[in-house]
Amino acid sequence: MSDPTPLVELRGIHKRFGDVIASDDVSLDVRPGEVHALLGENGAGKTTLMRILYGLSAADAGTIEVLGRPVSITSPKDALRHGIGMVTQHFALVGPMSVIDNILLTSSGLGPLDRRGARARVLEVVEHLGVSIDPNAIVEELSVGEQQRVEIIKALYQGAKVLILDEPTAVLVPQESQALLEAVRRLTAEGLGVVFISHKLHEVAAISQRVSVLRHGRIVSTMPTAGASPAELAELMVGRSVAAVLREDRRVTSTATADDAPALLRVAGVGLAGESGAKPLLNDIDLTVRSGEILALAGVSGNGQRELADVLSGVRRPTTGSVTLDGTDITNASPRSLLEAGLGRIPEDRHGSVVPDLTVAENLVIEEVDRFRRGPFLDHAGIRRHAETLIERFAIKAAPQDRIGGLSGGNMQKVLLARVLAREPKAIVVAQPTRGLDVGAGEYVHQQLLERRAGGAAILLMSEDLDEVHALADRIAVIFEGEIMGVVDAETTSRADLGLMMAGIRAAELPSVAGASAVPPRGEGPA
Amino acid sequence: MRLSPRTHVPRWLTPFLAVLALGITLALTAGPIRLAGANPGAAFNYYLLRPLTSSYSILEVFLAATPLLFTGLAALVAFRSGYYNIGGEGQFIAGAIAATAIAGALPGLPAVLALPIGLAGGALAGAVWGLAPALLRVRRGIDEVVTTLLLNPVALLLVQGLLNGPWRNPDTGFPESAPIPAAYELPRPIPGARLHAGIIVALLIALAIWITLRHTTLGLESRAVGLSPHAAAFSGIRVERTMLKGALTSAAIAGVGGASQVMGLQHRLTGEVSLGFGYTGIVVATLAALIVPAAIGAAVLIATITVGAESAARALQLPPQMGRVMTATLLLVTVCIVLFRRYRIVGWRRIFRRRT
Repeated sequence: MSDPTPLVELRGIHKRFGDVIASDDVSLDVRPGEVHALLGENGAGKTTLMRILYGLSAADAGTIEVLGRPVSITSPKDALRHGIGMVTQHFALVGPMSVIDNILLTSSGLGPLDRRGARARVLEVVEHLGVSIDPNAIVEELSVGEQQRVEIIKALYQGAKVLILDEPTAVLVPQESQALLEAVRRLTAEGLGVVFISHKLHEVAAISQRVSVLRHGRIVSTMPTAGASPAELAELMVGRSVAAVLREDRRVTSTATADDAPALLRVAGVGLAGESGAKPLLNDIDLTVRSGEILALAGVSGNGQRELADVLSGVRRPTTGSVTLDGTDITNASPRSLLEAGLGRIPEDRHGSVVPDLTVAENLVIEEVDRFRRGPFLDHAGIRRHAETLIERFAIKAAPQDRIGGLSGGNMQKVLLARVLAREPKAIVVAQPTRGLDVGAGEYVHQQLLERRAGGAAILLMSEDLDEVHALADRIAVIFEGEIMGVVDAETTSRADLGLMMAGIRAAELPSVAGASAVPPRGEGPA
Repeated sequence: MRLSPRTHVPRWLTPFLAVLALGITLALTAGPIRLAGANPGAAFNYYLLRPLTSSYSILEVFLAATPLLFTGLAALVAFRSGYYNIGGEGQFIAGAIAATAIAGALPGLPAVLALPIGLAGGALAGAVWGLAPALLRVRRGIDEVVTTLLLNPVALLLVQGLLNGPWRNPDTGFPESAPIPAAYELPRPIPGARLHAGIIVALLIALAIWITLRHTTLGLESRAVGLSPHAAAFSGIRVERTMLKGALTSAAIAGVGGASQVMGLQHRLTGEVSLGFGYTGIVVATLAALIVPAAIGAAVLIATITVGAESAARALQLPPQMGRVMTATLLLVTVCIVLFRRYRIVGWRRIFRRRT
């Protein structure tokens, strides 16, 4: 089979952000008439790569070729000139303006606007796309799916021959996703090339001809979609377990959770409505964490973990359901009452939970200033002693009077950990505790969490890092699009099965459970 | 070469940056002064040094600094708690109106009652003037910059309406109030000088704010709310309540400033009770990087330039606005320089080495 000249080819792309390698010698091409899926976990480097292709970031090394000729792309304008269009997850549309005006905004000529001509061309594009859209409709009155169509029309109107779709179905309800896939098929039938970024296996299987799997900035495999089994793709995406050793280590030192251990943290039927018309962010979440247990919540980022953490931390109010801590209802409790009830919170956004310009000592007491007061005055000596004790106990490399904003990520995390653990909370909600930390600091955080587990705390660990999940968890719940796909035993569940669940397969429907070999089509779940 | 956040601010840094800011300001304003036809050296002498050479003019500087200290502290307290009160001008005027009204309504009080009641009335009026924007912000999230700012001309029109209507001086027919009774006049401790006890009140307020911010739980919570409302809320601090306290304290301080201006200097209410003091207070607070002792210095510095600008206008035929040019330049330079309190430049030594 002789391959036609690729529409676009990336060769040897390198990109670093500080110490993180986002793209490591990546080569990728898109041929006319094909959908090339780019699969990978969050942080694998999918979006970075496409931002480079679209001129939003500059590569450190590597070349881009269009129709076999090397080109320089330093801005989206360059990209569009070479026929490369992109639809990002966040639309660049002016809400109060009409569809046609939004499209006209892209042509930056000086002369009078040719509305009529533009309208005719837009209608032509719309026809090719096989969708219905009123050019005079006001954009902010359209649904999310329709707005996305406007973005696609905009790119095509500007002459895009290659279309990059960055997780296009992430914001869509199933019916809209189907319509989108249909439109993509029509476009490729006419010779367009599409790069389809996704972490959903079923979509990739349904739409693409070839699939490239990215992990840690590297392409681990490029293959025809037809020859790839979902289990194989899932394993490529999440990587093989390197946590087994670590896990063995801890099993020796810690005992299994007793079956009769009391359930401390109960999440019952928690739901959170989305913005008007969008699908709910959380749907009927049921979770129970027992004393002396770590329940991990795994999932690809953006599937509701952050929202659930916000609900549990008292930052957002759930639309439905309840949360109880050791029998106390804490559903709509303020952060203050949560703390009093014995909940510890280590959120994903470290900078948003400490005050960067206050000192380490001040940040350590800020959740409980009332403990450090004498009349209206601060007990400076007490605050300092408290800080010195915790700095010593948690091996924090900082002085009490240092600005916390100037600490390294690992040290800042240790301060947060110290603040939470010093209160000996009954339950801890912790999200991405080791993200951005070096190995040493990460291990220290794990060890501290395991110690609290041994001390009887109920720990809900939200993590996108499966190594971490495997190293710590007793049980694993997988969240996908705001719903729990199932809660499984950490010891006996394979990584491939976790990958499938993270891609939207319910535990009960797993091939290893149901004996089926194909990924069942999506869309029949509760809407 | 790049900027990297500081973990620790060395002790020498802040004074060094202050001197640096002043130096850059002098360099930048030398051009306009030259263009206006004066010798920059002579002009700087008038602006910055001469006002501090005679005891009379030093006292005049302190007199000019008094209202700026009030409004500067008002802005400082608000900004520290994350509330951008731009309404110091209106709150200052409201305080002046209240002091005048109290003096007119209770003319027979002895000084020992009249002085505290007059000042407290000013504080209350300032707080009342600042109450609606503060509540709108805290309860409804309505931007306080706009609402506090828009209430300033309302206060100005109110004072002009009063002075051209019911409060017009019956003896002279001028649009100014009748003089307040002597019991309401703040004492002038130094014979022959116009400096009044208002400055002592302002310094006591500065001390109280300094202690509150540094040494009380309220101060810690207030700083946390101002620096990072999200993190403060996460930590269980009642952000709205803390911000409301800051907003009302700020407005009350501006109100006391207005009362002090009437009771200490003018002894009657006029349309020019505030010469933009509310706005200059924002400059004072910003110049001082929201540090209380620095605010005292900043108020004195701006007062020096203001007093100096008058004599420079007479002696060197410089336009009197040149003092404002100088203050404004100083503000802009300071805002840029403050960056280096938070960041340090990394890698400049390497650039140096490459050249040699």
